[in-house]
Amino acid sequence: MTSSITVAKVKQKRVAELISHGKRLDERGLNDYREVQLEVGIIERAEGSARVRLGKTEVTVGIKIEIGAPFSDVPNKGVLTVNAELVPLASPKFEPGPPNENAIELARVVDRGIRESKAISLEKLCITPGKKVLVVFIDVYVLNHDGNLIDASAMAALAALLNTKVFNYEIKDGEVEIKPGYTQLPIVDHPIAVTFAKINDNLVVDPWLVEEQIMDTRLTITIDKDGKICAIQKGGYGYFSMEKILEAAKIAQQKAEELRKIVAKN
Amino acid sequence: MFKIPKRKTKKRLDRPQKKPEKLINKDNVRIDGRKLEQLRPVKIEVGILANADGSAYIEQGKNKILAAVYGPKEVHPRHLALPDRTVLRCRYHMAPFSVEERKSPAPSRREIELSKVIREALEPSIFVEYYPRTSIDIFIEVLQADGGTRCAGITVASLALADAGIPMRDLVAACAAGKVDGHLVLDLMDLEDKEGEADLPLALMPNLNAITLLQMDGDLTTDEFEQVLHLAVEGCKQIYAFQKEALKAKYVAVKEATEEE
Repeated sequence: MTSSITVAKVKQKRVAELISHGKRLDERGLNDYREVQLEVGIIERAEGSARVRLGKTEVTVGIKIEIGAPFSDVPNKGVLTVNAELVPLASPKFEPGPPNENAIELARVVDRGIRESKAISLEKLCITPGKKVLVVFIDVYVLNHDGNLIDASAMAALAALLNTKVFNYEIKDGEVEIKPGYTQLPIVDHPIAVTFAKINDNLVVDPWLVEEQIMDTRLTITIDKDGKICAIQKGGYGYFSMEKILEAAKIAQQKAEELRKIVAKN
Repeated sequence: MFKIPKRKTKKRLDRPQKKPEKLINKDNVRIDGRKLEQLRPVKIEVGILANADGSAYIEQGKNKILAAVYGPKEVHPRHLALPDRTVLRCRYHMAPFSVEERKSPAPSRREIELSKVIREALEPSIFVEYYPRTSIDIFIEVLQADGGTRCAGITVASLALADAGIPMRDLVAACAAGKVDGHLVLDLMDLEDKEGEADLPLALMPNLNAITLLQMDGDLTTDEFEQVLHLAVEGCKQIYAFQKEALKAKYVAVKEATEEE
């Protein structure tokens, strides 16, 4: 994201110089992720939850499920909503208030990956067609911003979905009655977002904050479980050549496999 | 001097039909009669709003979109001004009557995201460092929408910037490509976008081979992705030709008008 913190010119120069030699300030390779730590079920009140730490970036996702009305054009499908909060305690540059364009973009990129890969079988969330369906609220809560919020949020959202349990219910005389016990939310795909920063015509995977400050531009590619591309978002000023985009698509495939294994372990 | 030419009263568009059984028939013809790799008819006019520093209007199929540029001008509020460059601001907005069900005029999350990616698609084309402590405001109003409005919006906004006389590296041309009924197609209309398998909007500075906007949603293998990418780039190049033609047409009109006087 582009919350501009000030990075000393000399540090900017050093980071860019290292990258052009295939190295990074934190000693990662250009295609390496930072260490990923994943915990699920951390919020008992939520139907599902997960915390992802990607280096110093920290994101918590909570999932709440409610009964609500379907959209009129898809009366037999459940509803999915993703919201993201760039909480002020996460960065000196985040301010209280309604979500700004960065928060909205973050939420919509996470949403697109889950929606387009059809990760949740929304048909199974229908209670009475046209009237009552389950509504899945995915709330992304950014707790510490050290770059690459998209990948951390997408991974936390997926891990939280896999951890989500829906209350059992029964329909009596057209009314929904909540029953004891829980059922797993039907998750059928595992979309993984892989984000690149372009710095001096080099691609780096999983940019951290300083790299985001000096990058020309950013590209996020979301890969589904079959290795297909289900969502893309270019962000930031600057541009890509066709060759760089195709190179990124290839790397994204491998990286998505690696990350999917981490999520599956939990 | 630049009047919108009078048009015959048009019949209302039919209510969107239910999904036809096939979006592409066995002869590879699409529901609006186009071939797979054919653009919708494009009509562009430059310099049509009297108050704006630059403006342009595009019709691409049933899309009707206006863009206006104000600036470079003083920044309001002032604290947003930057010491070394202009501040580019962009608002993409859909008129309440532009879509089938009335859209609330308040900016939706979709419009906020599109305003951001459109700004980021146009910014690489502008010499922002030429105008420190100023702002350039771009307003895109979608009057009627039929799929591909972010691309048509970029195409027309880039012309409005040129019309405002802002120094630019190249025009930005935009076009989507995607996958519908298993076929790779260019310039998806609304129904194809909604019912099809994938949609990939792309913006390009054709002379620099620089891709400034790239989004995708749907389901594509890596090979299909590469083909769709190439298709969208070809579409942008065709749009680019229309842009240059429209820009020249304006100055021919000015020249003729002054010669008459």
